Amino acid sequence: MNLLNRLIAFCEATGLTVLVPLIRLCRAEEPRTQFSALGRLVGLPLVGGLVFLALWSAAAANIHTSIGSLPGPTQVWNQAVGLVREHNAERRREKAFYARQAELRVRYEKAFPGRHWPARKYSGAPTYFDEILTSLETVFAGFLLASLIAVPIGVLCGLSKGFFNTVNPYVQLFRPVSPLAWLPIVMILVSALYTSKDPLFAKSFVSSAITVALCSLWPTLVNTAIGVGSIDPDHLNVARVLRLSWWVRLRKIVLPSALPYIFTGLRLSLSVGWMVLIAAEMLAQNPGLGKFVWDMFQNGSSQTLALIMVAVFTIGIIGFILDRLMLTLQQLVSYDRSANR
Amino acid sequence: MAFLELNGVSKNFGHASVLRGLDLHIERGEFVAIVGFSGSGKTTLINLLAGLLLPDAGTVRLDGRVVAGPGPDRGVVFQNYSLLPWLTVAENIALAVDSLFPSWTAARRSEHVDRHLAMVNLSAARDKLPRQLSGGMRQRVSVARALAMDPQVLLLDEPLSALDALTRGSLQSEIARIWAADRKTVVLITNDVDEGLLLADRIIPMTPGPGATLGPEIRVPLSRPRDRKELNHDAEFKRLRASITSWLLDAAARRKSAAPTRLPAPPALIPITLS
Repeated sequence: MNLLNRLIAFCEATGLTVLVPLIRLCRAEEPRTQFSALGRLVGLPLVGGLVFLALWSAAAANIHTSIGSLPGPTQVWNQAVGLVREHNAERRREKAFYARQAELRVRYEKAFPGRHWPARKYSGAPTYFDEILTSLETVFAGFLLASLIAVPIGVLCGLSKGFFNTVNPYVQLFRPVSPLAWLPIVMILVSALYTSKDPLFAKSFVSSAITVALCSLWPTLVNTAIGVGSIDPDHLNVARVLRLSWWVRLRKIVLPSALPYIFTGLRLSLSVGWMVLIAAEMLAQNPGLGKFVWDMFQNGSSQTLALIMVAVFTIGIIGFILDRLMLTLQQLVSYDRSANR
Repeated sequence: MAFLELNGVSKNFGHASVLRGLDLHIERGEFVAIVGFSGSGKTTLINLLAGLLLPDAGTVRLDGRVVAGPGPDRGVVFQNYSLLPWLTVAENIALAVDSLFPSWTAARRSEHVDRHLAMVNLSAARDKLPRQLSGGMRQRVSVARALAMDPQVLLLDEPLSALDALTRGSLQSEIARIWAADRKTVVLITNDVDEGLLLADRIIPMTPGPGATLGPEIRVPLSRPRDRKELNHDAEFKRLRASITSWLLDAAARRKSAAPTRLPAPPALIPITLS
């Protein structure tokens, strides 16, 4: 019983509320209520999905483009399966390559004792899953950069009215700027400033990450400023009576109090960043989902549309998972604000 | 010179005069209750004593020194508890203890926290979060935090007004017990005449605001410890209660009759003080 209770708490914290009625059914708790909850949480979305698929199929059969008819759900599914197969095949080739290399190495070292074996890396094309991974790395690099800039500036904005008034007009000015406008500037600046013979990151990666950061830092900045600015004055009075130092006040009172707001901002930032990333990757030619879409578009084969649709669904699903993860974090750090009254 | 002194203290918020010409003299170890209606500026008065607000005219002195800001020598128990909701009960008190006694060893600080938790009968709730506690328990934590600061003066800002009658009664007895143990100087702000009579050495009524001021003080000669049940039949208690209540009601009536005519502000009243 206790285990089930804990399972329910876990599901609620992680946004897996769909499973809660199932768990409650397991211990026969008000079956009627649970079945109606299941209908609401599972049945209705299922109906929505079926309607969508039907409309899509109907539309697909009737729309013809220069590169064939609009692919229906089955074609898109087949392409997705194809991408998975391709990935597995590529991994097998890679494995075989390294196995062969290891064999060769043994023979080489026997033939030329004491000589250095010139190891080589496998140079196959990145698979779809490699592209996803690159995209995730880029978005998290940009998101991290954005958070490192936005949280401290947001805290300063919240703490000092003067600083807020100094910075606020420019925040409002730059906040609505599209990633497409930032990207060329960022690319030129990165080309000019990021000149290293042996760069740690590719230029296209740095440009994409910085563009993601520039577009996604605003929600965190604004929310942090609001969170810090709306601290209960009573809590600040406690700090004053105790004569807490600036640093202790920040650590023990200001930041914990603003944490729920900060995480709301981070959650918004990550979803904005994920959206911006695809555009940035397309234009910066950074490997990743965006470039995949762009390459497919340039490719113009009969499978193009279906592959792009696979990418669209992938982007959507990953965005959804990222948002759920952030929601869970957000719920973990929030406390009951009414508890103090 | 008295231990805690207000001389001619006035406080305005914008054009509104909240307190006007307050004089108050409190001796060391005295328990003084200030009784008044809601909205008469009682919280403003406690904020002035705490140094969270500074007067526009007059001075607040503690032990001869002018109060220029808040400090740990004046422990405040806020009306709404002001516990930090993300810290446990013990952590809330430890925040005060750690920042005020950095030279103590960790063991001594933790023992100090535990002792004050025991003083308010909350040892069992040590690791709970404020939201898991009832209103009365939260207020006990707040009292324990203020006491753990080992202040020279304890300022209680309507500490029990948000509680139900039964909880209020038991917390009143606890405050009386704790005060009797170490006789700190206490200023209690309350809207409950009975509470003042049960706890205080002296009761000072406050006129309704705006431009509130203090009325004539009333000494409470009732012997301690005071028992709430017995007091209800005590003739002296009844007489004191009647006289304070009627003073407050008269003051309110005067305010009401004066208000619509918008007379120019009367000169500051000089209350009777014995110091």
